[in-house]
Amino acid sequence: MGLRTFKKGGVHPDENKFSANAPIQSADIPKQVSIPLGQHIGAPANAIVQKGDTVKVGQLIAEPNGFVSANIHSSVSGTVNKIDTVIDASGFKRPAVIIDVEGDEWLENIDRSADIIADVKLSKEEIVEKIKSSGIVGLGGATFPSHIKLTPPPGKKAEVLLINGVECEPYLTADHRIMLEKGEETVIGVSILMKGAGVSKAYIGIENNKPDAIAHLKNICKKYKGIEVVPLKVQYPQGGEKQLIDAVIRREVPSGALPIEVGAVVQNVGTAFAVYEAVQKNKPLFERVVTVTGKKLEKPSNFLVRIGTSTQQLIDAAGGLPQDTGKVVSGGPMMGKALSMLDIPVTKGSSGVLIFSESESKRRKMEPCIRCGKCVGVCPMGLEPYLLANQTEQKMWEQLETDSVMDCIECGSCMYTCPADRPLLDFIRLGKGTVGKIMRSRN
Amino acid sequence: MSITVIYTIVSLSALGVVAAVILYFVAQKFKVEEDPRIDEVEGMLPGANCGGCGFPGCRSFAENMVKANDISDMNCPVADSQTMAAIGHYLGFEVSAQDPKIAVIKCNGTCSNRNKTNNYDGASSCAIASSLYAGDTGCSFGCLGHGDCVDVCNFDAIYIDETTGLPVVNDNCVACGACIIACPKGIIELRKKGPKDRRIFVSCINKDKGAVAKKACNVACIGCMKCAKVCPFEAITIDNNLAYIDYNKCKLCRKCVSECPTNAIVEVNFVPKKQKEEIIAETEKPENS
Repeated sequence: MGLRTFKKGGVHPDENKFSANAPIQSADIPKQVSIPLGQHIGAPANAIVQKGDTVKVGQLIAEPNGFVSANIHSSVSGTVNKIDTVIDASGFKRPAVIIDVEGDEWLENIDRSADIIADVKLSKEEIVEKIKSSGIVGLGGATFPSHIKLTPPPGKKAEVLLINGVECEPYLTADHRIMLEKGEETVIGVSILMKGAGVSKAYIGIENNKPDAIAHLKNICKKYKGIEVVPLKVQYPQGGEKQLIDAVIRREVPSGALPIEVGAVVQNVGTAFAVYEAVQKNKPLFERVVTVTGKKLEKPSNFLVRIGTSTQQLIDAAGGLPQDTGKVVSGGPMMGKALSMLDIPVTKGSSGVLIFSESESKRRKMEPCIRCGKCVGVCPMGLEPYLLANQTEQKMWEQLETDSVMDCIECGSCMYTCPADRPLLDFIRLGKGTVGKIMRSRN
Repeated sequence: MSITVIYTIVSLSALGVVAAVILYFVAQKFKVEEDPRIDEVEGMLPGANCGGCGFPGCRSFAENMVKANDISDMNCPVADSQTMAAIGHYLGFEVSAQDPKIAVIKCNGTCSNRNKTNNYDGASSCAIASSLYAGDTGCSFGCLGHGDCVDVCNFDAIYIDETTGLPVVNDNCVACGACIIACPKGIIELRKKGPKDRRIFVSCINKDKGAVAKKACNVACIGCMKCAKVCPFEAITIDNNLAYIDYNKCKLCRKCVSECPTNAIVEVNFVPKKQKEEIIAETEKPENS
C-alpha cells in the first residue's frame, strides 16, 4: 500500500533541504529589536509599555485588541526606545515596539532548565488560558491564535488533533530540526494540546522525506497514549490544514468551513513545542526556530531567534549575503514573500529566510494562456486558477465569488506549474481580496 | 399560369393583413409608457457612457434627470456648461454653471526625486503591487507607476511619462473620475480646472513625519506649516503632516508656491515669474514643474 496523501492536485518541487543536518543554534541577541505588534492574523495588539520603560525577557508588552488577536512578550531585556512604525515581513509599515537591549535578564518565573517535565498538571481550561496568555499563534506561518482553535464554537466538538510536521515547503527545515532535537518536548506539547482540545486521539503527519524524524517520533510516541505518527507521501501543499485533514483522516472540510466542522483541530509541531514551553516551563512565545538557507549561502543554518531580530543579522550569521543575490524571501519559496529590505524583524510567523541568486529569482515574462489546464490539475482545492485570474483581470467579482475564489489557499501550485509563466496567484490574490471586501461590506 | 400568380398575391396579402392586425393589438396590449423626454435628454448628452455622473451610463443619467425634482446636484462632467444649461432649460430647471474640473496627480516622485529602494518584478498592476507591499521607494504613499489609471481611462487623457515614470493628465480629461477609483494609492484628485487652466495644488500625499518624508522623496510635503501661515485666504490646512489646498478658497496668489521649502506645491499654466523662469518653464503638465 502506498503512502497517504491528499486527493486533489498538488506538486512536488525540488526539496533543496540544505539545512536539514544543521543543528539548531541560538542566534546572538541583537543590540536592538523591533517587535511588531501585528504578528498574528487579526487585529494588532495594543502596546502596554511606553518609551523609557525597562522590560525583562518574557514580559508582556502588548495586549490583544479584539477576539482574534494575541499577547506579545518582550524577547529581550532592556529599555523601550520608542514605539514607531517599521516595515515588517508583510511589506507594510506597521506599529512596533523598539527595545534597546541591555543584558539578558529573564523573568524569574520562567524555568530555564533543560529538564523535561512530562507530567501535565493543569486542567483543560487552565491550558487554554496559559496558551492564550503566552501569546502562542500558529507557527507554521499562518499565525492564527492557537487558543481560538482549542475553543470550538458552540455546537461543535473536536474529535481528533492533527499535528502538522509535514513541512511541505521546499528548503525549510525548522520543523524537521524541532522534531529531531526537541522530539520529547514536542510530543508532550501534543499531549497538552490533546488535553486542551479535549480529544483522545492525535496524529502527527510527517512527510516521508524526513525518515529520521518519523523514526524518532514513532519511538517517543510509544510512551504516550493516543499519539500516532503518520508518514505521508511528499506532496506540496500537504501542510495546508484542509490537505492535511484529507491526507491523514480522509475527511473533506466543506467549502468556506473551518476544520472543526469535521471535528479536527490542526496545529504545527513548532506550535506544539511552544505550547510545551509555555505550559510546562512558563515561557511565553518570544523566540522561534528560523531556517536561513539558499543554494549559494555559505552555511545554511537553523537558528533559535529572538522575535524582533533583524533578518540582516541572521544572514550575516549564516555566512553573509552571497554576491549575486537576487531576492531574499521570508517564509518558504512557494508561499513566502520577497523582502523589500534586509532590516526587517523576525516575527512569530517567520519560518525561514531564503536567499535566491539573480538567475533563480528572475521572473520570466508572462505569455498568453495556452489553455493546457495544468493549473486546474494541480490546484489542491479543485479550483480553476486560469479562470479566476482572468476574471480578476476583467473585474468580474460576482463570477469570482460563484467560482469559489475564497476557497483558494494561496499555495502557489498553479503559478509554479504554469508553462506560460502567468502570475496566476498574484491575480487570484487580488480577486480574493476584493471579493472578501465585497462580502464583508454586505454584513 | 396567371391564376397562380394572382392566388399567390392574394394569399400573401391576406396573411400580411392578418399579421398586421395581430401585431397592432399585441403592441397596444404590451405598450411600455416611457417619458419621451428621456430620449431627448439622452440625445443632448455627450454619450460618453463614462459613469462620471455617478449613474451607469448616459441613458440611466437621462432617466434620473427626467425623474428628479431638482437636478442642481446632477452634473455630466463631460458636457460643457451650455449643454447642461440646455438640458436644464428643456426640463424646466435653472442650472447653475458648474466649474469644469480636471484630474490632478498628487505625486511628484520622479526617479530623480525619489530613490528606488528595491525592484518590483511582479505582475504589472498597481492594485497587485499595492496589495503586496509598501512600494519600491522609501515613500509608502506615492505613485507606483504601473498605470492602472491609464488602463481605465476611456478618453486617452492620461499616460505614463517614460522619463518620470509618473502619470500625466492631458486636456482630454473630462473629470469622469474613473482613474480615481482605479488608483489604489489615492494619488489622483479632481480639482477645479481654474481660470485659464491655472491651478495650484500640493503634489504630494505623504503623511509621514517631515524627516521621514523628506528622506524618502526630495519633493515631499513635510508638513512644515509655512504655506498655511503665508496663505492670506486660509485655504491651506495641514492634517497628518500633509498640506491640502482648498480649491474653493484658493485665489491663486502663488504665495505658498515660493514659500514651500520642498517645492511640493505645484503651479500649472502660470506665466513664469521672472526670477523663477528656469524652474517653472513652459510646462502644461502638472508633474513637470
